[in-house]
This record gives sequence, structure tokens and C-alpha cells, in this order.
Amino acid sequence: MTFYARRTWIVLWKDLLTERRSKENANALLFFSLLLLFLFQFALGPDRDRLRAAVPGLLWLGFILAGLLGLGRSFMTEDHNDCWEGLRLTPGDKSAIYLGKLLGNLVMMSGVEVVLLVLFGVFYDVELWPVVGPLAVVLPLGTVGLAAVGTLFAAMTAQIRARELLFPVLLLPAQVPLLLAAVSVTQAVLLGQPLADVAHWLKLLAAADVVYVVIGVLTFEFILDA
Amino acid sequence: MIGARRLRKAYGYAVVLDDVSLELAPGQCLALLGPNGAGKTTLLRILATLLRPTSGELAVAGVDALKHPEAARAAIGVVAHGSYVYEDLSALENLRFWTVMAGGDASWARLRSALQQVELDGAADERVRTFSAGMKRRLALARVVLGRARLLLLDEPFTGLDQQGRKWLSEFLLAFKIGGGALVVATHSFASGLGVADRVAILAGGRLLLDRPCADLSWEELRRLYDGLTELDGALA
Repeated sequence: MTFYARRTWIVLWKDLLTERRSKENANALLFFSLLLLFLFQFALGPDRDRLRAAVPGLLWLGFILAGLLGLGRSFMTEDHNDCWEGLRLTPGDKSAIYLGKLLGNLVMMSGVEVVLLVLFGVFYDVELWPVVGPLAVVLPLGTVGLAAVGTLFAAMTAQIRARELLFPVLLLPAQVPLLLAAVSVTQAVLLGQPLADVAHWLKLLAAADVVYVVIGVLTFEFILDA
Repeated sequence: MIGARRLRKAYGYAVVLDDVSLELAPGQCLALLGPNGAGKTTLLRILATLLRPTSGELAVAGVDALKHPEAARAAIGVVAHGSYVYEDLSALENLRFWTVMAGGDASWARLRSALQQVELDGAADERVRTFSAGMKRRLALARVVLGRARLLLLDEPFTGLDQQGRKWLSEFLLAFKIGGGALVVATHSFASGLGVADRVAILAGGRLLLDRPCADLSWEELRRLYDGLTELDGALA
């Protein structure tokens, strides 16, 4: 394994091990996801058809809100005992740290999304099993973009006093193209349309993923040193 | 190992470091004394390339540390106020993380041997969350032991250590120095700071008021000079 890949792997290993032991994010996110489901149900009333029609938007809103919570905390562990400073002092390309953090966030968000998806299926009576295949394409595509830009903004705001306020203010506008594309594709998938019908949205999602990851890799060193 | 010329650091109108120059050769230890707020931590952070000076020049291990901080960092080991440890990892896991990040050999045998050197081998698999401040400091030193640092920058390294820990740390620093490494130990405690130092520098109000070989000064003389210089600086400020 190259020096770069080893560093990416060790950051991922450290983040997952820390999360497995502390369970700080996992517990909060699961509870938050359940609360979201109840809130959506109260807001839209008992009309099942209305709820089902709103599912694609609600689903991604749920992912993004849970992502806001989880991603915003992803650099908190680096704050204790000045570990952030220690990371700055390590030699080599700092984008390896970004990629490790991004992979850790992807694992965490994927877990939350699977749980949310199952809960949506059960609570809103949506048949998910027949569309698992197409969903397995659109969910990772949307999640990579969300995690890429979220990890970057989390790093950017980690050392700022008003980070809880600034993080969503920065993140949500940047998520608009992703959200638009992801909701459109998810809607088509849940209506049983083939993915080819929404290929233009899928291309937009893939392009946004590439752009966000590349920006993260190229700018992380400056953010860490700022 | 260090060549710093006319370093100055200001935040707006507040000057925290002013016209500081110092040289340090391999195998030398500089004790940096000064009261709280004298600028010791700022100077150490600049030497560690963690902070850019407003003006001045800095070379570390023959590298222009302001132009190429990455290259200089390979030679620098830092033990600062924060111990750079993750609370939910064990001592061994912390060392593994930092050693891989530094590009070193992270075999368990090597990591355990480093923990043995800092007398933490008994707590190798315990989570750092349960450690005392002194144990965290030892773990931070084990990280430095595993690195390839030729210049150690230590900020109040004796804080939080018991008598035995202080003795151990002094021996460790002495061995590092004899091995050709250079050290800067910032402290406001006289007794602990001077044990291994060849030179003593007094910093107050952001200015270097004295830089002399330890052999030229008796303990009492140094105490008198320190009190006089810091009081004078306080009065001028």
C-alpha cells in the first residue's frame, strides 16, 4: 500500500473505531431519524397517498438533515487534545486526511440511510423491495456528493466559534443541485420508471460528485493550515 | 538546527513577539523562560511552523521553514499543551495512528517498545480516556520517540508529571540531546527547565531579554536577572 493510501486508511480506521466505541453519532442520528419520521407524518396528516407522493422529497430531506448532524460533528474529535494541530504537523499530502474522513462519513451516512429507508417503507407503506436495484444506484451517487461537500465544509468551520450556525448556511445552498437531481431520480424510481428515463439527472449527480470530491482533495491542505 | 532572525508576530496592533532572533545547534538544549503571556508558546508555534510570523526569517534543519514548512516538519517533534491523543483509542492504537500518519514503521513490537521506554507498557491496551494528565504526557513523548524528529519543541513538558515522571523526562531529554538532537524547552518553572539546558533565554513582553550559556550563570544570578528583567519589562509595558 502506498504512503498516501495507508494514511487514508488509518484515518478511516481511527474514525470508525472511535465511533464504534463512543457511539456518539450513531445513537443521536438514529433517534433523530425516528423523530423526523414522526414530524413528517404530523406535518402531512394521515392521507397515505399524499404521504407516498411526498416520499422522495422527505427521504432526501431526512438524509440531508441527518447528514447535517453527523457531518458537522466529524471534526469534533480532532478538537480534543489539539489533535487538529497534530494532523497539521504530519508530513505528506494532507488530502489523504480528507479522503479518510470522507470515507468514514460515507460509511456513517450509508448506515443512517439504510435505516431511514426501511423506516420510510414501514411507516409510509411504500413498496421498496422491487426498486432496491435502482435505489442502490441513486442513493450512493447522492450520498457521495453530500458527504464530499459536507466533509469539506465541516473542516472549514471546525475552528470557527459559530460553526453550528455557519455549517448549514454553507452546506445547504451547495446541496441544491444534488438535492434536485437526487429527488427527481428517486421519484422516477419509486414510480417504477427505468433509470434510462432520468439519465440526465444521474449524469448531473455523477458530475457533481466528481467536482465536489476533486475540490475537497485540492483545497483541504489550505483549509487545514488556515 | 534553528536559525531564527528578527521574528515578529502581531495581531492587529497587539504585538506578541518582537524582534526575536535565536540560533540553536544540534546537541544543544535551550531553556526558554518567561512569565505567563511572555510569548513562549507563540515562539514555539512559529518554530514548529504552526504559526506564520508577521515578519522575520526562520530556518529549521537547514530548510527555509517559512517557504517550505512541509520539509521542515519532517525534522520537528512537538510536545505541546494538547497531547494529540484520541480519548477513545488505546495508547497502542494512538501510537499506531500517529506513526502511520508520519510514515513510520507501525509494527506492534516497535510501538510496544516505545511505550516501554516511557514506562506506559502496563497501560498499552487501556483507553486514553482513563489516563491521568501525566500519562497522556508520557504517551505524547512515546509518539515523539517513534518519530524521526531531530528538533524537539516542548511547551511546559514537566507540567502534570510527578517526581518520578520529572526525573524520567529529564533523563529522556538528556539522552535525546546526547544523541545529537536539539531541544527547546519552554517553561515558567526554573527548577525543572534548567536541568538539561545548555543555554537559557528569557522572554518577556514578547521580547528576548537574555540569551546566555547556562555555565555563565549561577542559579541565584539567573533568578535575580529573571526577576529584574521581567519586572523592568512589566514596568515599561
